[in-house]
Amino acid sequence: MLEIKEVYKTFNKGTVNEKCALNGLNLILNDGDFCTVIGGNGAGKSTMLNAIAGVWPVDSGAIIIDGKDVSALPEHKRASYLGRVFQDPMTGTVADMEIAENLAIAARRGKKRGLSWGVKASEKEKFREMLKEFDLGLEDRMTNKVGLLSGGQRQAITLLMATIQKPKLLLLDEHTAALDPRTAAKVLELSDKIISENNLTALMVTHNMKDAITHGNRLIMMSEGKIILDISGEEKKKLTVENLLEKFEQVSGSKLENDRMLLSD
Amino acid sequence: MDGIMSYFSSLDPMSFVTALPGNIAQGVIWGLMALGVFITYKLLNFADLSVDGSFATGGAVTAIMLINGVPVWIALIVAVLAGIAAGLVTGLLHTLLGIPDILAGILTQIALYSINLNIMGKSNLPISYRNYDLVISASSINKAIIIGLCIAAIVIIAMYWYFGTEQGSTIRSTGSNPAMSKAQGINISVAKVIALALSNGLVALSGSLFAQYQGFSDINMGRGAIVIGLAAVIIGQVLGEALFRKHMNFIIRLIFVIVGGILYYIAMGIVLWLKMPTDDTKLFTAVIVAIFLAVPYLQKKSKTSFKKLAKNNAKALNAEDNKNA
Repeated sequence: MLEIKEVYKTFNKGTVNEKCALNGLNLILNDGDFCTVIGGNGAGKSTMLNAIAGVWPVDSGAIIIDGKDVSALPEHKRASYLGRVFQDPMTGTVADMEIAENLAIAARRGKKRGLSWGVKASEKEKFREMLKEFDLGLEDRMTNKVGLLSGGQRQAITLLMATIQKPKLLLLDEHTAALDPRTAAKVLELSDKIISENNLTALMVTHNMKDAITHGNRLIMMSEGKIILDISGEEKKKLTVENLLEKFEQVSGSKLENDRMLLSD
Repeated sequence: MDGIMSYFSSLDPMSFVTALPGNIAQGVIWGLMALGVFITYKLLNFADLSVDGSFATGGAVTAIMLINGVPVWIALIVAVLAGIAAGLVTGLLHTLLGIPDILAGILTQIALYSINLNIMGKSNLPISYRNYDLVISASSINKAIIIGLCIAAIVIIAMYWYFGTEQGSTIRSTGSNPAMSKAQGINISVAKVIALALSNGLVALSGSLFAQYQGFSDINMGRGAIVIGLAAVIIGQVLGEALFRKHMNFIIRLIFVIVGGILYYIAMGIVLWLKMPTDDTKLFTAVIVAIFLAVPYLQKKSKTSFKKLAKNNAKALNAEDNKNA
């Protein structure tokens, strides 16, 4: 479903702030893979997701989604293949617009937007059903501005927007990091449900090792712009935080010194 | 003391009343211009200064076409098209060449000064209602108000419809959250260019009507237009929110832009009636806009501020001291 081939990206080339963020990155995701991504600060996790989404062009290498090389497509054209949820709950939705309007915009991702009405009556019914399944009481607030919702509710809406049209690939970029633990758990549970029900292929960046272990069928660890560990299948099911740390030391030859990853549980 | 008394006795209430319809008519025409400013400033979140130029372009195109015997309706349409072209230029300067929004608008504005002079051939062209069939004219003010309001109603309905469509929604989402818009497959450059074109088309329509109303087109008629437009948008918004609070929907917001334009011109009428020198009207406009821009900010601040907290804490401390003593 996704193939990343020898991708390089360096920020601020030729300045003192030069940073090689992706250093010959390779990754192949199979259809239906739900892959969690962990790694220290600056390992290139978010950069990888941004490279896939086309926030900027990569320096070299290819990104292939569903057999099509999308490396040369601008962000808004790649959007038809992707569903994205961001770390900041403010990023994924338009605060000034109603819940229904936000969903309607997402429902037209990758389609031509003409002069017919922005939210159709038939759609509203569909949206209501979808929101009902979330069990957050949002189905009765469809005409509320999204700006009135809490961070967790906004993230739930963004999740629905990302998957309202089945994307080839779902990108979750630390999408629970800005939420309180209980809301984070709820949003993660929703993510799990949506991914399994729709049989989506997904990449989920997280700084929480436990979440990375308990969710998905595959786990990759990044360091210095490369994937240094790739665990899937039975091996992943048996994984614990302790032996993940052990594995990291084996592969990288150094101790994992990232408090954010170690302390959060 | 005598001076003040004679100043007040020289003010004639009737002269204010007789000037009122004229103020309203001008307010409606400028309200249309303010609807254009509303598109960029409120919906697209883009401070577009090209409107000073495109307002005069609307007047210039209308005058030269009327003088060359073109029917007024065609002149009006061509004026709008010229405004749309001006908006396209600002949009392309910004999206294709990466020039920041304010600078892109200023460049178009300054370029339009020369272009408008070229269109008119000189700095002022008279188009008296005696010589031409006009859509709107100060010679019959009541009619001018009615026609102005009819055009405003059509424009408001068209805007309400357009910004409710799929395409119009992309402009609103681009203005409010460009990152989300891109992630949802919206080409935000296209959305910006469309919005700027529509906005400047509307501004040129207003400029065309204003030139007809006053009976001439002048190279300087657009000077400070952006500030008047902002004044109308902001006065309308503050008033609308005070009256309707949570029930303020999109169509009411649009209507209150026109109301804001009318109120602005009535305020100007009062200023002139008080015999303030006309040289100072722009200063007065700037002060009005500054006040109305500051009001929402100060209101918010009065609810929660460091100063207030310090005062309350000091008061509480005092009360405690008094109790202990």
